[in-house]
Amino acid sequence: MDFLRPASWEEALAAKAEHPTAVPIAGGTDVMVEINFDHRRPEYLLDLNRIGELREWEVGADTVRLGASVPYTQIMENLRAELPGLALASHTVASPQIRNRGGVGGNLGTASPAGDAHPALLAADCEVEAESVRGSRLIPIDAFYTGVKRNALAPDELIRAVHIKKADGPQQYSKVGTRNAMVIAVCAFGIALHPETRTVRTGIGSAAPTPIRAKAAEEFLNAALEEGGFWDSRKIITPSVAKQFAELASGAANPIDDVRGTASYRRHAVGIMARRTLGWTWESYRGTGRSSTEGVA
Amino acid sequence: MGSTRTTGAPTKITQGSQTKGGIGESTLRPDGTLKVTGEFAYSSDMWHEDMLWGQTLRSTVAHAEIVSIDTSEALAQAGVYAVLTYDDLPAEMKNYGLEIQDTPVLAHGKVRHHGEPVALVAADHPETARRAAAKIKIEYRELPLITDEASATASDAVLVHEGRDDHHIGHVPHPNIVHRQPIIRGDAAEAAKKADVVVKGEYTFGMQDQAFLGPESGLAVPAEDGGVDLYVATQWLHSDLGQIAPVLGLPEDKVRMTLSGVGGAFGGREDISMQIHACLLALRTGKPVKIVYNRFESFFGHVHRHPAKLYYEHGATKDGKLTHMKCKIVLDGGAYASASPAVVGNASSLSVGPYVIEDVDIEAIALYTNNPPCGAMRGFGAVQACFAYEAQMDKLAAKLGLDPVEFRQLNAMEQGTLLPTGQVVDSPAPVAEILRRVKARPLPPERQWESSEGADVRQLPGGLSNTTHGEGVVRGVGYAVGIKNVGFSEGFDDYSTAKVRMEVVGGEPVATVHTAMAEVGQGGVTVHAQIARTELGVTQVTIHPADTQVGSAGSSSASRQTYVTGGAVKNSCELVREKVLEIGRRKFGTYHPAWATAELLLEGGKVVTDGGEVLGDLVDVLAGESVEVEAEWRHRPTEPFDLRTGQGNGHVQYSFAAHRAVVEVDTELGLVKVIELAVAQDVGKALNPLSVLGQIQGGTTQGLGVAVMEEIIVDPKTAKVRNPSFTDYLIPTILDTPTIPVDVLELADEHAPYGLRGIGEAPTLSSTPAVLAAIRNATGLELNRTPVRPEHLTGT
Repeated sequence: MDFLRPASWEEALAAKAEHPTAVPIAGGTDVMVEINFDHRRPEYLLDLNRIGELREWEVGADTVRLGASVPYTQIMENLRAELPGLALASHTVASPQIRNRGGVGGNLGTASPAGDAHPALLAADCEVEAESVRGSRLIPIDAFYTGVKRNALAPDELIRAVHIKKADGPQQYSKVGTRNAMVIAVCAFGIALHPETRTVRTGIGSAAPTPIRAKAAEEFLNAALEEGGFWDSRKIITPSVAKQFAELASGAANPIDDVRGTASYRRHAVGIMARRTLGWTWESYRGTGRSSTEGVA
Repeated sequence: MGSTRTTGAPTKITQGSQTKGGIGESTLRPDGTLKVTGEFAYSSDMWHEDMLWGQTLRSTVAHAEIVSIDTSEALAQAGVYAVLTYDDLPAEMKNYGLEIQDTPVLAHGKVRHHGEPVALVAADHPETARRAAAKIKIEYRELPLITDEASATASDAVLVHEGRDDHHIGHVPHPNIVHRQPIIRGDAAEAAKKADVVVKGEYTFGMQDQAFLGPESGLAVPAEDGGVDLYVATQWLHSDLGQIAPVLGLPEDKVRMTLSGVGGAFGGREDISMQIHACLLALRTGKPVKIVYNRFESFFGHVHRHPAKLYYEHGATKDGKLTHMKCKIVLDGGAYASASPAVVGNASSLSVGPYVIEDVDIEAIALYTNNPPCGAMRGFGAVQACFAYEAQMDKLAAKLGLDPVEFRQLNAMEQGTLLPTGQVVDSPAPVAEILRRVKARPLPPERQWESSEGADVRQLPGGLSNTTHGEGVVRGVGYAVGIKNVGFSEGFDDYSTAKVRMEVVGGEPVATVHTAMAEVGQGGVTVHAQIARTELGVTQVTIHPADTQVGSAGSSSASRQTYVTGGAVKNSCELVREKVLEIGRRKFGTYHPAWATAELLLEGGKVVTDGGEVLGDLVDVLAGESVEVEAEWRHRPTEPFDLRTGQGNGHVQYSFAAHRAVVEVDTELGLVKVIELAVAQDVGKALNPLSVLGQIQGGTTQGLGVAVMEEIIVDPKTAKVRNPSFTDYLIPTILDTPTIPVDVLELADEHAPYGLRGIGEAPTLSSTPAVLAAIRNATGLELNRTPVRPEHLTGT
C-alpha cells in the first residue's frame, strides 16, 4: 500500500487523477477501521491532512461552505446557529475523540446509509462540491447517494466542501441506537422547516439502502401547511396532520433486518421520530417552544 | 457534661490494630495511577529482542469435516518461520480442558464451532503472519448443525463429541448433554396441592460476553534447557500449567509461567486461549513468539456466558408462603465442555434463590452444540437462574396482590435455613434486611430530566441521540435479590498457597508476599499488602510478581481470592510472626520477662505486648536473619452433589445482594434509561471499603449490560457469530450507567478469615432482574427474555 501525501489541493487532484483507486483519508475514522479489520486493502491511501483549507468553513449570505474535513466538534461548537440540524447530528457521532477527527466529507465519501450526517444534510438541503483535474461541479445532495455505500463521485473526483443552506427555520435530528451514547444508528431522522420557501425537508438514515428523503411525507405536509395557512397563523398543527406525516415518513423507509434491529422496528421508529421532531420544530417556529437545540449539553 | 475518664488496666490491643495501611482501610491500589494514565504494561505491550508474531487461523464454518489443509503457500511466504497444524503437535496429549480434556489444541479432522483454531503461523511481522494465515487453504465438508436442545437431544442427532469417556457420560441421558444435575427434596407434586396460586414461566437468557478490555495476549520465550518461559494474562497460572505442559510434552517444571498485566477477566480467562499456541511456535522456531488477539479474534478466543432456557413453576398459598418449585434449566455449553459441569452444579443448586422452599424438583443440564463454547463468567450459572426466579417472584406477588418486596421477605432464607441440597446455611443470610434497605431509600425525583433550560436529554432514554424530550417516557421501579456461592464447590480441593518472607532491608523491616494469584483488576495485590501489614505490623510490603515458582493460588474467580488466597496470606503471615517471635525470645528473652509471659504482637515495626508495652525493634530481632514460610491454606471442605438427588454440603459460603432499579422507558421507541440502581450487600468484613464499592458498582453495571444491550448474536441457521466487535456488541457507557448508591453490611462469617464474605459476583446477579422488573413495571409487558431490545418493548 502506497501512502500519498499531497501538500496542496492541486497535488491531491493530480494524485487522484493518476491513481483513481486511491482511497482518500482525512480523519481516518472510517478508513482506518476498515483497514484494521482487513476489510479493505487499498492500493493507495491519499492523505488529505496536509491540506489545511479542508478544515475551514465560510459563512456566506445563504449557505455555509463547509470544508470536507471540518471535524464534528467544530460544527457543534461554531455552527450551531447556521446548521442546527447538522450540529445535533454531530453530537450523536461516536465519542469525543472521533468527533475531533471525523468530518462530513468522510460521511459523504463512505456514503453508508448509517452515516450520522446524511439525514441532517438532506433536510437542510446542500450541494457537494466535487472536483477533479477536469474541473469542479456542485452535486445536489438529492442526486449524491446512488446505492449502498455508493455515491455520484467520478473515480478521479474528491470532495472539497459541502455548501449547506443556512437554517431559515428550526431544525431537528433524532437517532435511535440501543445504547445512550456512542452507538451506530439503528435509524435516524432529520427535519428542517424552511419558512422562506414555506417547505419542510426531511432525511432518513439507516432505514433504506441509501440515505433518503421522505418525499411523500414532505409533500403532504407542505400542502397541509399551505392549505391551512399554518405558516402565517403559526397555529398548532392538528394531530391528524402530524400523524399522517409520521405514517408517510415511516412508509418512505425501506429497511432490512440486521444485527442492530428489525425492519419493522425501524419503520415504526422512523414514524415516531418524524412525529416528535415535527412537533419540536413547529413549536419552535411558533415561538412558544424552546430553542431548536434545546436539551443538548 | 463532664468528660469521662477510664482508669485501670491499659486497653488491650489486638494484632495490627496500631499499624497503618492494614485491613479495613481504603489503601490505594498500586496499579491504579498507572492504569488511569495509560502507563500500565499489559500483556499485549510485551516485547522481546528478535521475537516473532504468532497468528491463529480459525474455522469459517461451525461444524465440518476438514477434508484437506494446504499450508504450502503460507510457508513459502518470505518472513514466515513456521506453520503448524494438528499433525505438528509434539506430544501424545493433543487436547486440553478445565475439567474434561475435549478441546483440541488445533482442530483434528473436524471443527465444532465457528472460530475454532485450525492452524498457526509465526512470522517476523504481525501483518506477514496474518497474510500468510490467509493463504492456508482448508477444504471443509459441512456437517449438520446442533444448535439447541431439540437438535442436540434428538434420537438421531449427530454427536458433537463421538466416543465420550469423561466421568459425566455415565449419568447423562444423551451424549450431547455434558452434565445433568437434578435436585429432589420433599415432594413437589404433593406440595403443589397446597398452592392457592401457581405461576409458570419460560425464560430466555442471551449469550453475554465478558468483554474485558485487554485482549488475549502473551509471550513465549524458549529456554536453553528445552523448556519455555511463558508470560501471559490469565486467571489461574497453575490450571493453565497443568493443561499446557502435557500437550507440549514437557514436565511442568520446564514450563515456567509468569503473570503479565491483565486487562480484565470476568471468567473469560479461565480457559486456555493463546498460551499453548505461543509455546508451540516458540519451541518450533527457537525464537520468542508473541501472540495478541485483536478485538474481533477475542470474541472467538474465549468462552462466553451460557445462554439459557429456564422453565419454572412456583406455587404459593394465599397468605404468601411458597409451597413448591419445579424447574428445568437448559444451558447451552457450545462445542466444548469448558466449565459447563460446574456451571450446571451452580445453576441447579442455586435455582431456588435465597428463599425457603421445602419441596422442589430441579434439573439443570448443559448441552454440547455447535454454538460458541460457553464457560465461566461472573455469576457462573447463578445469574441465569436469578433472572428467572426473580421474574417468578414478581408474578406470584402480583397474582397474590402482595407487595413484591414483602412477598420476598416473607419467604426469605436466613441463617439456619435448610437448602434444597440438604445443606444448612451456617452464617448470616440477611436477605430480608438487604431488601428492606434498598426499598427504604428515597426514590430519585420524578421527571428528573427537566431543567430550567428544557429537557436534559442525557437524563432521558436515548441520551444525546435526542429521541425524546419526555414524550412516551414512563418510570418503573423493580426489585431483585440473589444468592451466589463463594469459592469452588462440590468437593473440589480449593486451596491457595502463600509464601511470606520477612527481613530487614535498608534499615527497615519489610515483608514480601509471593503468591500465584492472578491480579485481574479485583485488587488482590492491594488486599495482600493490607493483610501483611495487619499481621506483621510493618508498613513496607513488597508484592512479588505472580508466577509458578510458588504453589497454586487457585483461580481468580468464584468471588474466592480474598477469602482463599487472602486466607493463605494471613495464615503464612501468622506462621512468620510466630517464627519472628521465637527469634526474639531467643535473642532478647532474658532482657524482659514479658517475652515469656505476655501475648506478643508485632506493631509499627516493633514487638509489643498486648498491653502496648514495647519489647524491641523488629530491625534488631531480624538483624542477620530472615524468616520465610510457604504454606497452603484451605477453607472447609465441601462435598459433591448426589447425582440423583442433588443432596450434599456442596458450597463453602453464600453471598447476597439486593437491588432496586429505577428506570425511565420510552414506551413508543422502546429505549431505556436506568436512572438508579440501589444496592445492599452483606460483605462480612470490608477489607478495603473502596475496592468493595468498586466491585459492587462494577458487578451491578455488568448486570445492567445484559439487561438492556449486551448479547452475542449467533445465527441459528449457521451457528456463526454475527456481532464480534464493540461496534455491535454493546457494553454500557457512562451515560448508560446510573447512580449506584451502595449500602454495605458487615455481618461476620465466623468460618472465614476476618469474617469476610466473597463479594465480586453477587451484585451481577440481582442487577439484571431488578432492571427487567422495573421495565415490566413501566410497560406492563411480560418480558421473559434478556437482554430486552427495542423490538420487544414496542411489539415490532
